[in-house]
Amino acid sequence: MTFNPGAVLAPVVDWLNANFHPFFALVTQLIEAVLGALEAAFLTLPPAGLIALVVALAFFAAGLRVAILVGCCLGFCWLMGLWQASMQTIALVLVAVLIAVAIAFPLGILAARRPRVEAALRPILDVMQTVPPWVYLIPAVMIFSLGRVPAIIATIVYGIPPMLRLTTLAFRGVPADLKELGQAIGAKPRTILWKIEFPAAKPTLLVGLNQCILLSLAMVVLAGLVGAGGLGAEVTRGLTRMEMGLGLRAGLAIVAVALLMDRLSRGALQRERRKR
Amino acid sequence: MRAARQWHDKSRDREMEMTQADTSDVLIDCRSVWKVFGDRNAEAIRAITERGLTKKDILQEYNCVVGVSDATLQVRRGEIFCIMGLSGSGKSTLIRLLNRLIEPSLGQVLVKGRDIAAMDAATLRETRAHHIGMVFQSVALLPQRTVLENAAFGLEVQGVPKDERNRAAEAALAKVGLSDWKARYPSELSGGMQQRVGLARALTSDPEIILMDEPFSALDPLIRRQLQDEFRQLTKDLGKSAVFITHDLDEAIRIGDRIAIMKDGVIIQTGTAEEIVMNPADQYVADFVAGISRLHLVKAHSVMIPAAEWQGTAEGLPRCSPEADIDTLIGQITETGSDAIAVEDAGKLVGIVTIRNLLQGVRGDAVAAAA
Repeated sequence: MTFNPGAVLAPVVDWLNANFHPFFALVTQLIEAVLGALEAAFLTLPPAGLIALVVALAFFAAGLRVAILVGCCLGFCWLMGLWQASMQTIALVLVAVLIAVAIAFPLGILAARRPRVEAALRPILDVMQTVPPWVYLIPAVMIFSLGRVPAIIATIVYGIPPMLRLTTLAFRGVPADLKELGQAIGAKPRTILWKIEFPAAKPTLLVGLNQCILLSLAMVVLAGLVGAGGLGAEVTRGLTRMEMGLGLRAGLAIVAVALLMDRLSRGALQRERRKR
Repeated sequence: MRAARQWHDKSRDREMEMTQADTSDVLIDCRSVWKVFGDRNAEAIRAITERGLTKKDILQEYNCVVGVSDATLQVRRGEIFCIMGLSGSGKSTLIRLLNRLIEPSLGQVLVKGRDIAAMDAATLRETRAHHIGMVFQSVALLPQRTVLENAAFGLEVQGVPKDERNRAAEAALAKVGLSDWKARYPSELSGGMQQRVGLARALTSDPEIILMDEPFSALDPLIRRQLQDEFRQLTKDLGKSAVFITHDLDEAIRIGDRIAIMKDGVIIQTGTAEEIVMNPADQYVADFVAGISRLHLVKAHSVMIPAAEWQGTAEGLPRCSPEADIDTLIGQITETGSDAIAVEDAGKLVGIVTIRNLLQGVRGDAVAAAA
């Protein structure tokens, strides 16, 4: 005897598709619009101009070393002839990480406060991290069709668990005496969260953000597979045509983008500490 | 010893009159407060009061931990009230009941006449922000903020403008002698200096009451003594009241106007240092005070032979007041070469202290004799 969950789920997906199509179309349009605007913004300036701008921003936000590294990474993408693809990938990952953090951060705090929430979330997170994305890409593609939206959904699903787990860990690790201090001086819960807990949790939160960014980039190739373009599409093309040069160039560009985003976010968020 | 007893009673009467006259001067009134941790705490409290179960029985029978049982104390305006107990005696729980960091299981805590358990969240925050400051054993400074920002943190949380709160914080830092360190970070300061910042932070909000949770316990002995003296001086100069938790009886005696001794969640005895040393409530307290130096604690009126029982003459003897401590009396005897000192209260001879009385006082024999 076999049980086929697909037989149960497929009609559900069909039903959703038939009855909620306007809603899904709206979501698609929204994400496409945000991504399109971001890409357009990146691509209006000539590459050299954008590189100069980002390096200058990085210098003020995170210091000289980060600025040099950022310049090298962007310069590499440009020299490899993958400028447009790199910008598409950065836009995709940026939006995916923002959405993933927006979901994972509050849930992570909630899980840190309520053990039951954490117990309920843990198996869900395990599933999200271990189920191969191809599996949930099928319904995602069925509902949102090919393109950037299913790609971004896969990326978000993959990016949430590390951020959520490390947010919980970070807020659990805030020393109890600091929280007690907040109560004893008559601080509001929100003030305690932002002025006491958040600064104390920041180092661990940064690790979470770093993991979120890197794992999101790992999904870029898959995004290329479902037609989201970007560096993933270049890697896929290299594979299908057996062009090792193209695959290698695109792969190294992904590494460059990962370095860029990680160092830039870390440097900017750690700025206050470095003032010492 | 009868006269000594009488003198004691007289001073106690005076004290009674004073408290009755100024009931508004009770800043914290803690009335039979209980804290039992565990789901069945109500049953457990009933079992203790009705069946007299011990802390150990309660843990076994109800799976509840007794933190504080039936604690009653009053903290008056301008006084430093020490709560002394060993670890696990419930003193840290008790101090947290006073500003409701821990909810009492039973009983009432009145802060400046208002029941703190009945306050809503906003009123409670207001009370904590303006009326009760707290200093922690672990100091609890925010590492990413400068000393000045830490000292101003209480006011920052209240939404006081930056200029104003920095001015208040600078004034508080000046009081604890850290003006030159305001731009530094906590990690650059020694343990003693960090605790001064903690005290400055509590003073910045200008509360009437400061709760001190074993603030000096983690410091080395020399610094600790220095901070004890500074703290007492500062509290008296500023006219603040304080509840001071410690596991060290010497510290309690140095700092406290009155001392409560706790064991297993129960306040065994409350009184001045002299009352506790001279008149321990039970063997536990007696063992505790056994090693305490009596030189500055025991006063002439406690060791003297009453004037009525004195056969010799008081003529030509050096004079002292009933409040003079043994250390002063020994000084007088060694200086004058006399064998005895006449104790005078308001110009009237009340008793005589001989060298023998002094030696008894130093050893604590007078305690046994008085009791």
